[in-house]
Amino acid sequence: MSPTGLIAVSLLVPLAGSVVIALAGRWPNLREAVTLGTAAALFAAVVGLVPGVLAGARPQLFVLEMLPGIALGFRVEPLGMLFALVASGLWIVNSVYSIGYMRGNDEPHQTRFYVCFALALAATMGIAFAANLVTLFLFYEALTLVTYPLVTHHGDDEARSGGRTYLGFLLGTSIVLLLPAIIAVWAIAGTIEFTPGGLLRGAGLSNAELGLLLALFMFGIGKAALMPFHRWLPAAMVAPTPVSALLHAVAVVKAGVFAVVKVIVYVFGIDALAGVRAADWLPTVAGFTVLAASVVALRSDNLKRRLAYSTVSQLSYVVLSAALFLPLSIAAAALHIAAHAVGKITLFFAAGAIYTASHRTQVSQLDGIGRRMPWTMAAFSVAALSLIGIPPAAGFLSKWMMFQAAASAGHAVALAVLAASTLLNAAYFLPIVHAAFFRAPPVGDPAHGEAPWPIVVAVVFTAAATLALPFFAEVPLALARATAGLGAP
Amino acid sequence: MTFASHYSYWVTIVLMVAGLYIVIARGNLVKKLVGLSIFQTSVYLLYIAPGKLIGGTAPIVAEGFRVYSNPLPHVLILTAIVVGVATLALGLAIVVRVREAYGSIEEDEILAADRDGEGGA
Amino acid sequence: MTLAHLPALVVVVPLITAPVTLILRRPAAAWALATGACAFSFIAALLLVAEVAAHGTISYHMGSWAPPWGIEYRVDILNAFVLVLVSAVAAVAMPYAWRSVAAELPRDQVYLFYTMYCLCVAGLLGMTITGDAFNLFVFMEIASLSSYVLIALGRDRRALLAAFQYLILGTIGATFFVIGVGLLYLITGTLNLADMATRLVSVQGSRPELAALAFITVGVSLKLALFPLHLWLPNAYAYAPSVVTAFLAATATKVSVYVLLRFYFSIFGVQLVGGMLPMPEVLLGLSLIAIVTASLVALWQTDLKRLLAYSSVAQIGYITLGLSMVSRDGLTASVVHLFNHGITKGALFLLVGGIALRAGRPGFERLRGLGRSMPVTSLGIVIAGLSLIGVPGTAGFISKWYLVLGAIELGRWWLAAFVVATSLIAVAYVWRFVEAAYLSEPGGQTPAPGEPPPIMLIPAWLMVAACVYFGFDTSFSVGTARDAAALMLGVSP
Repeated sequence: MSPTGLIAVSLLVPLAGSVVIALAGRWPNLREAVTLGTAAALFAAVVGLVPGVLAGARPQLFVLEMLPGIALGFRVEPLGMLFALVASGLWIVNSVYSIGYMRGNDEPHQTRFYVCFALALAATMGIAFAANLVTLFLFYEALTLVTYPLVTHHGDDEARSGGRTYLGFLLGTSIVLLLPAIIAVWAIAGTIEFTPGGLLRGAGLSNAELGLLLALFMFGIGKAALMPFHRWLPAAMVAPTPVSALLHAVAVVKAGVFAVVKVIVYVFGIDALAGVRAADWLPTVAGFTVLAASVVALRSDNLKRRLAYSTVSQLSYVVLSAALFLPLSIAAAALHIAAHAVGKITLFFAAGAIYTASHRTQVSQLDGIGRRMPWTMAAFSVAALSLIGIPPAAGFLSKWMMFQAAASAGHAVALAVLAASTLLNAAYFLPIVHAAFFRAPPVGDPAHGEAPWPIVVAVVFTAAATLALPFFAEVPLALARATAGLGAP
Repeated sequence: MTFASHYSYWVTIVLMVAGLYIVIARGNLVKKLVGLSIFQTSVYLLYIAPGKLIGGTAPIVAEGFRVYSNPLPHVLILTAIVVGVATLALGLAIVVRVREAYGSIEEDEILAADRDGEGGA
Repeated sequence: MTLAHLPALVVVVPLITAPVTLILRRPAAAWALATGACAFSFIAALLLVAEVAAHGTISYHMGSWAPPWGIEYRVDILNAFVLVLVSAVAAVAMPYAWRSVAAELPRDQVYLFYTMYCLCVAGLLGMTITGDAFNLFVFMEIASLSSYVLIALGRDRRALLAAFQYLILGTIGATFFVIGVGLLYLITGTLNLADMATRLVSVQGSRPELAALAFITVGVSLKLALFPLHLWLPNAYAYAPSVVTAFLAATATKVSVYVLLRFYFSIFGVQLVGGMLPMPEVLLGLSLIAIVTASLVALWQTDLKRLLAYSSVAQIGYITLGLSMVSRDGLTASVVHLFNHGITKGALFLLVGGIALRAGRPGFERLRGLGRSMPVTSLGIVIAGLSLIGVPGTAGFISKWYLVLGAIELGRWWLAAFVVATSLIAVAYVWRFVEAAYLSEPGGQTPAPGEPPPIMLIPAWLMVAACVYFGFDTSFSVGTARDAAALMLGVSP
């Protein structure tokens, strides 16, 4: 199939899948099979695009002209390719996990759940392959709306209020900040197509204007959880854990940082931003978010909340790295999107497994749980080490590249932040590992085993992927470097 | 420009304002309609009065008739009068129905009744 | 039937249908005739817009009397666009009306409803197409009088007072308008709009002209419910029969906006209105107040119909906001939002009417758990609600795009921020419905599960589909709006 056809397939398959899932709602096994089949088909289509993109091709698909001069169109470039690979690959695993979790916890509204998942993945593919800002915005908003039913899945008061925070922050930032920024780009440059080297290059913007526009974009992309617009992420923890895993690894947050990097590289252009004093605030804000979120994570007893703030922190790693405006740092940012995704999804899978097996949600309740759930906690430990940045796990590679980039730029603040946050990561992850394996379970604690087998399979798989990624890193690495315009190392 | 030469406009203004005042100041629905009619009548004057030229006759195409008064405003105002009559008739019909539904045609009493009750379904 | 007489027929057919339905008396026959008339007008409007797009402005002489002494019907791209909107909504609402009117009105009044409906359609179409100022007044009153009757036919007795209030205010508005027309006649000696435009150039800025402008502005603003002259709207929309609310919300105020656009730009001219007078500033201020206050009031309503009515006042504020920019993109925004809001509100009120059929007044307590008992209707309301917010992929987004673009091009960043910030209020009040329908347990007053009949659901969903369609394929809506804006500003398209 031609690359253009593959783009269309990767958008239509999850869409069509959602319809078939809805129709198959009455037969759970069939419905789950459809989900898995759709995910597999999507991954196959996305993988089919990789060789072409690595070779330098940029497949395109033009759908229609929405407004005079503004098209709904798609164009695959390395960063989008990487994002789509991560998203579609992890959807398969997440679906396996969901089957175990939703059935293990006897959750209601399972058909709606799987339908919204498929729609969310369709929106994610739209974001990954978007050729211009308006297409990106369309699918970005669609993702927010389609994940709302997932976040408010339980339908109780807590879900309702969590949903309000979620929607309020995400729609608020995108409508009030991102949309005017996009329209301003259109008014200034006459185009909103993503252009290598930056579409605003040559538009004659003053440094102050560039800085202001950058601020509108960075804060407008609320899914990147840059402080102070991060509150939606812990609020979304009211959702069932497969949703949190999706939000934190696969779709929503990665869509946010993906959009951030894409805007920096293809709208502004890193050469245009490097050395612009008015853009200096971005590493500072990102650095602050990294540290502040880590501190809050440290102080959170609720496991999912700790993981949520850890995600806020890790997302700002990507923003910080991108904000250095160097080719190497852009490549590091892109790679970290993949590395963090695999690591974080493992952690959330583990949290959900713990909840399903023992109904425990707080870190303080996890003493000795490693003895009862060895596979799960082993996977958790591996992923934690990856996020701290210990070799040979995936997180080490991207962090090392960030260190290199920051050092080469002589950016003391970035170096300090990276170092300090590594210590903080250790401080809030390692105690969990220690308590799980090296403390005895509380007296009178009811015995339980591992969670249902689909959950265990999923969590072990992603942990293994975290370990294996550095050994199979050529494709992600090549895509990351190609984003930055670097050749093979 | 003296008062006398433009007295038609002054009458128009007085009627217009008086009509509007009645509409606003009176709570009785029929009186409001009266005010509305007075207001509309002022407009008729506004159109017709300028149509009459001093020394003008009806437009007769014959010897000796040179200055014509404008017949067009008369035509326009006939239409406007019809519209006004239709509006008045409609308004009065609604007032009759209001009387049947509420037992009163005083605006404040009707609003009080609405505030107290849910209103008939 | 020759194409040449279409401009007249598009108005005459519904006009003649009205007394025929009066004579026929049978509900089924009345409905059938009315549907036929509206369908005809819709097809005629489509043909007219195609003709105008291809060959330019059409000038039709009523009774073959040449203007400026005879009455001229003049169709250019702006009013052809409005004709399509009005006739489309009128036609789509007819299948819906078959069940809705039968449920809400006593059987012996149904034929009278269709008489008034045809008169209203004829009046609105006539207002749009005519090129004669006094003829405009006559059609304005035909439309208004019939809409007073239509509103008064509502089930709730409060509809009577709402209709009376609208009658008083509407008549004052129409009378102000005719005073303005009278003053214009006094200065120019003609009633033909095109002729008036050329003759006004020599007396530009004179006191009678300014007085006429003022009277016409106030008169039309009463009809289009511009703040603070909007007080009749919430009650009228809330208590009227469902079809009437849907039809009027989608068309009546939009036609009044058209009249304002026509007078400001085609007759008085953009130099006077945009340059010499502070009209843009005044309209800007009133629009801003309308948007903010009406949106906030909408947020606190307990009844969905009233909420949507106040939302309409706010959305009209957006239309006049685009008008006040007096720029190419601003006027495009104004005209395209005229269309987009028409179809959005039409869809919403038709769907809410479906709820009213099953549950009575759609207060928020009755909407709890509606997502489960009426899933198709609820989904439709959500999608149309997203168009109201301006989410991309819906028609409302297109309007917001041009409004913000217009503001940015004028360098008014604060205005761009204002437009997007107020969209968040719309998010809040649409989300009230979402939370009630999907995240609340059904209360005692929620209707039993079951959708309204397909004959009501399909026209409503047709309009919902239009909301989404015109969010993607904007060649008709935006293309026509841009041409209309160019025409009004006197620049080449």
